[in-house]
Parts: sequence; C-alpha cells; structure tokens
Amino acid sequence: MARTRKAEASEGKAPETGVNAFVGKDELLKFYQDMLLIRRFEERAGQLYGMGLIGGFCHLYIGQEAIAVGMQSISQKGDQIITGYRDHGHMLAAGMDPREVMAELTGRAGGSSKGKGGSMHMFDIATGFYGGHGIVGAQVALGTGLALANSYRNNGNVSYAYMGDGAANQGQVYESFNMAQLWKLPVVYVIENNQYAMGTAVERAASETAFHKRGVSFRIPGEEVDGMDVIAVREAGARATEHARSGQGPYILEMKTYRYRGHSMSDPAKYRTKEEVDEVKTTRDPIDHIKERLAKAGVTEDDLKGVDAEVKRIVAEAAEFARTSPEPDPSELYTDVYLEAAE
Amino acid sequence: MPALSPTMEEGTLAKWLVKEGDTIKAGDVIAEIETDKATMEVEAVDEGVIEAILVPAGSENVKVNTLIARLKGEGEAAAPAAAAPAAEVASAPVAAAPAAGGPISAVSTFADPEIDGKPLKKITVRDALRDAMAEEMRRDDRVFLMGEEVAQYQGAYKVSRELLQEFGDRRVIDTPITEHGFAGMGVGAAMAGLKPIVEFMTWNFAMQAIDHIINSAAKTLYMSGGQIKSSIVFRGPNGAASRVGAQHSQDYAAWYGNVPGLKVIAPYDAADAKGLLKAAIRDPNPVVFLEHEMMYGHEFDIPDVEDWVVPIGKAKVRRQGSDVTLVAYSRMVGFALKAAEELEKEGIAAEVVDLRTIRPMDHATILESVKKTNRLVTVEEGWGPMGVGAEIVARITEFGFDYLDAPPLRVCQEDVPLPYAANLEALSLPSVEKIVKAAKAVCYR
Repeated sequence: MARTRKAEASEGKAPETGVNAFVGKDELLKFYQDMLLIRRFEERAGQLYGMGLIGGFCHLYIGQEAIAVGMQSISQKGDQIITGYRDHGHMLAAGMDPREVMAELTGRAGGSSKGKGGSMHMFDIATGFYGGHGIVGAQVALGTGLALANSYRNNGNVSYAYMGDGAANQGQVYESFNMAQLWKLPVVYVIENNQYAMGTAVERAASETAFHKRGVSFRIPGEEVDGMDVIAVREAGARATEHARSGQGPYILEMKTYRYRGHSMSDPAKYRTKEEVDEVKTTRDPIDHIKERLAKAGVTEDDLKGVDAEVKRIVAEAAEFARTSPEPDPSELYTDVYLEAAE
Repeated sequence: MPALSPTMEEGTLAKWLVKEGDTIKAGDVIAEIETDKATMEVEAVDEGVIEAILVPAGSENVKVNTLIARLKGEGEAAAPAAAAPAAEVASAPVAAAPAAGGPISAVSTFADPEIDGKPLKKITVRDALRDAMAEEMRRDDRVFLMGEEVAQYQGAYKVSRELLQEFGDRRVIDTPITEHGFAGMGVGAAMAGLKPIVEFMTWNFAMQAIDHIINSAAKTLYMSGGQIKSSIVFRGPNGAASRVGAQHSQDYAAWYGNVPGLKVIAPYDAADAKGLLKAAIRDPNPVVFLEHEMMYGHEFDIPDVEDWVVPIGKAKVRRQGSDVTLVAYSRMVGFALKAAEELEKEGIAAEVVDLRTIRPMDHATILESVKKTNRLVTVEEGWGPMGVGAEIVARITEFGFDYLDAPPLRVCQEDVPLPYAANLEALSLPSVEKIVKAAKAVCYR
C-alpha cells in the first residue's frame, strides 16, 4: 500500500479500491518509458527554447512525470483530461503524437493546433485531451463541465481536471467543487502540489496547505498522495476514479510533487535553494523510483537500454519534425475564428 | 395599483381578498396582483374600513398608481401603496416608477418582406424567447438551459416559464449563484459537444464570468486549430432597466462586439427575439444574446409559422426615409422609430436601421442607407467611447466618406455610471428627444 493520507469528509469516505491496481513487469516498463519520454521531451524542449526555436511561455513538467503517467493508466476510452499551462506531460501521457506537440511548441503548421495555440493551448479530442488552458483555474470549471456532459449523457466517463497548488486558491475552483458534489458529477480533481505557485511557496499563499482537505466543506473526499511514486498515483487514481465513475461524485487527489525547473523558461528560481532541488532529485526522483521497482522485478539497467534508445529516437524525431515543419501558411491567419455551418 | 417590480408599468388585479365594508389593518393581504413577473400578494399599509373597491377583480392592464380602493374617511389615495413582494430579482430595489418617457413601442411602417404574407399572432418578447428555447430543446436533445432561478422559480423574469415542467431537471438546471463557475461549466459541456444555453440573471452579473466567455469560449476554436468548438448561447437582459442603479444597468454590446470568435445579437421585437435565439442555439459558435428587460413585456406581431428562424448577421431597415439614417439596436430601435415619427412632422424622412446583430455587423446595409440619406445618427444605450456607434462611424468614414453631407453624430448614454435618481437617470439615457435633436443637427435644421 502506498503512502496516502485521507481527508475527513463527512460523506463519501475514501473507499478501499475495488479496482485492480496491480502492476506487473510489462506495465512497469511502460510507465518507465512514458515517464522517460516526458522527461527527455521536456529536456529537448528546453534546449529548443534556448536555441530560439520555441518562443513565448514554456512550462516544463520535469519532476512531475509520475502523476500524468500514473493517472493515465487508470483512465478509460472516452474519459477526458484537462489541465492548465504546464501541459506537455499530460498530452504525451494521453497518447498525443510527440511530433505534433513539439511542432506546436515551435509554432509550425504540423503542430497539433496548426501553430496557432502554442505551448499552453493544445487539444486532441481523439485522446480525450481538452487542453491546455492559460488562465489559472479556468480548466477546473471547464473540466467540471466535461463531467456535466458525461452525467448528461450518462456515458460512464470520468473527467480528470488537473490544477496546481496555485490554481487551487482560485475562487472558481470552489464554485466548481460545490456544483460537482451537489450534482454528483464524475470528476477527479488532481491537485499537483509542486510546492511553488510560480515563485510563491505554498506556505506563503495558502492558509490551509493540505490541499486534499480543500473539499471537506463541500463533502468531497480527498487524499494526499506521493506524486513522485507512479504506483501510489495509480492506486489513488483507481480509488478516485471508482468513486467518480460509480456515481458518488467528485474526488480530490493532492499529489505531493516537485518541479525541477523554474516556473517557466525565464524563471531563475531564486526563491528556493539549490540544495533543496538537489535533495529532491537525489532522494525522490520519480524515474529513479520506478527504476528501483524495475530492479526488484528483475529488470536490469541493460534491459532498460533498449527503452532509453527508443525514447531517444522518438524525441529526436519529434525535434526534427518541429524544426522542419513549415510555418503556418499566411492564409491560416483568418481560419478557425468561426465555424460556418449551423446545425 | 402598486409598482411591484422595477419594470412594472401595469398589472392585472387578479383577485380581491376583501370586500366593501370590511375592516382591515396594516399587514392584511387584501388583493392578488399579477405583475410582469409573478403573482404577488398585496398587503394593506393603513387600517380602516374599505369604503369602495374602484377596480374590480379581473381587471387587466391597470396602470401603476391607479386608485384601486378607498378607505372610509379618506378622500383619496388610501389604496395600498406598496407591498412586501415575495418574488424579487436579487438585489434589485422593490418599487420604481415606470421608465423615463413611458413605454416606447413603435411598429414597422412599411412593407416587410420577412413577415409580409405570413399569418401573424401577438406575443410578448418574453414568450417569444421562451418559445424559441422550448422549440430548440424539443428539436435537439443536446440543448439544455442552466442558470440562476431558471427551473423551479420559472425564471427571474419568467423567460423560462414552464420549461422545467416540459423538459425536467436534467435539461433545465438551477445553479447556485456562481456565475464564474457555471459559465465555465457550460463552456466545458459545450467543448464536450453539448449545446448549453447559459442564462445570466442580468449581463451585469456575467462580469464575473467574462473570462470564460472570452478566453474559454471565444478563443478556443482558433487556439485549437479548429478542433474544439463551443456551441453555446449566453443570454439574459442587458442594458438599463429602470431605477436599478449603476451596477445593474450597463450595455455590453460594445464589450462583446470587440471579440473575434463571438457572435453578438441584440434583438428589438418578438419576431427577432424568437428567430434569432433559435438561430443562435443552432449556431456552432459561442453567441452572446443581449435581451432587454424593458422589452420583455412588450407585445409584437410575430409570424405564426413553424420553425421561425432569422439569420444572424443581417440588419433590418425598419422604416424607410431619404433624409437621415438612424442606426439602433435592442430597445433603442423603438426610440429611433418614435423619433422618426416626430421628425416626419417636421418634414424630415428618417430611415431606421435595426442592427439586430452586433457582431458580425451588417455594414453593407448601413452603408446602403447612408448612400441614400447622406446623413447618419447612431443610437445606443451604452457609453459612447469605443462604442458600437464609434465603430459604425469609423466604418462609414472609411467606406462611405464621399457620401456624407454632415459629420455623423452618436446618441449614447452620458459618460457617467447610470444614476439612480429618476431625473438624473432620464438625463443620462438616450431619449427620443435626443435622437430628434441629433437628427436635426446632421440635417442642419
């Protein structure tokens, strides 16, 4: 059983999971590959940013990989994912084409939004990824609306609405919590608490820093999860999903995590010490963590080399595509403002 | 007849609960009155004996301030003055005088190809909007209505009357008072392929939700390279009601009209209210639908045909004239038509263009009119700077400069927050007199 701490909610006590969250060797290997892909992809994105190929804002997910990957392992076809601006990891975990994601970062025609969205604004209905939103907290109301649509259609799908510890202080988050529980909507709120809202440490911004308790006054159960442990994420995700999918309403997961890089590319991260960052990297790194589990399952470093090479190839290909894909045709300037046909 | 809502101008004396000769004391319920929004009980404020009931039960269209009963020993005006209303819009004041200038409702005065030849029926703007929603909800299961008081209360302005009864609480959803949240949820549901109608009790309250209207709904189709659509209608009363103060009295046409990705509609009469709302619901884009509280109770002829839909983006010439073009939208169309009647008496033939849609704006129709009249006055309830009139004047200057015989003028709300005092409010808002004055000025008369 992974480390979790549960919030006391007067209704809907966190259930013991009825979902089989057991993970075998093949699944562990897949988690490793998915997490490594995100890390290598983000490292390359940082590099392309430095080369001037990526402009504007670029928020990297390095350090938080276990969350997107662990949660994705629980979701089913038709479930939706929605998040804020630190979204590359969720898109890759959801199964979006790394080439299209990277080409969107470089603002090219081959990007998933034809180059018109950028780092913070990518979408892919096929994989259930609904963005990619740049206004902090907006995705929580939108994600609750996706759950409203699931409930309206009674389709058994769950919406996963991700937010950071910064977004978790926004008013509309609580408006959404209230309605989600009132109407028992199938939504899992995933709070990625990486300790800093841009440069503001949680203790300086939050009167209650235990974000998993933020649903208590709405009777929404919540639990704190080690967001650096993909298996813990998966187990908690299974409990939360079961709760939401079975019609019991929303569930809050607070993922304790850490981002290794600055808030965005232009952030020197002077608000924390190098020692603090190094401490997390050496003792809590999510990829090291799964490597230990793989070792226990009998997988050697040599066995992982094939995976590493495959990831390297995918990222190199994505970077090449993003570099060589042409800029959008000027005629795209005025497309996609309105849809024509009435329905 | 007591005024029981900010916009009540007349009411129906549904029932007397006392009779002549009865002794009453303050607080007794003496009658039931149907207002434009609800049936209200009227309590006596004085005590005494009812000497005479002057307006019998069942009387309709009794004007506010009409004497309805007299107490013994009091020569006049002993009728109950006001009551504690059970039904009231959130934070709106209780009693108020009718709108400055009284009801203004003028009808089209020439052949109208959209309507001519069709059977007509009389219907209020309120019921036209209701029917539009009901018809579209019957037609498409993806359409649903959410907002404050839309279901059990039957709508703060009774626009959603009986929709809950017909469609149930899955499709007519009462929300908490939480505009930011439910507007965002509406957009999320639209992204998932549903077609929500989000009602704001007034557009003033939508200020809390404007981020989702613009950042989430209007921009996402573009930001997603055409993948994510938001087929959603945001609707509710816009502009100044009557004596409800600055925070409840703003015209947002220019604000939303500024935003690519949104369509913005502001109908005047019942036919357009119905036909354009149906078009808005079917439209695959996010639509801001600006109604007017002062128009809800007005009756108009509407084509009595199945599936009356009016295309978005087409202005309507409501009166033809050769001397000056008056461009208006929403309630101001009635003012402009009234002004045209006044101008006619002075030998000035005004053409009245009803914009109907603010975005995309039908500049061609305005330009065609200006080519004929060579003079332009715009009328809007909102503020002038960066306003709808400013946009029209800029366009006409750009594309019709050679046709102008006089600098265009704008009639707008004065550049102040809307005052509460009746006289100041009237001074602040556009009026028929102001329009007449502006029209004469551009005609150098």
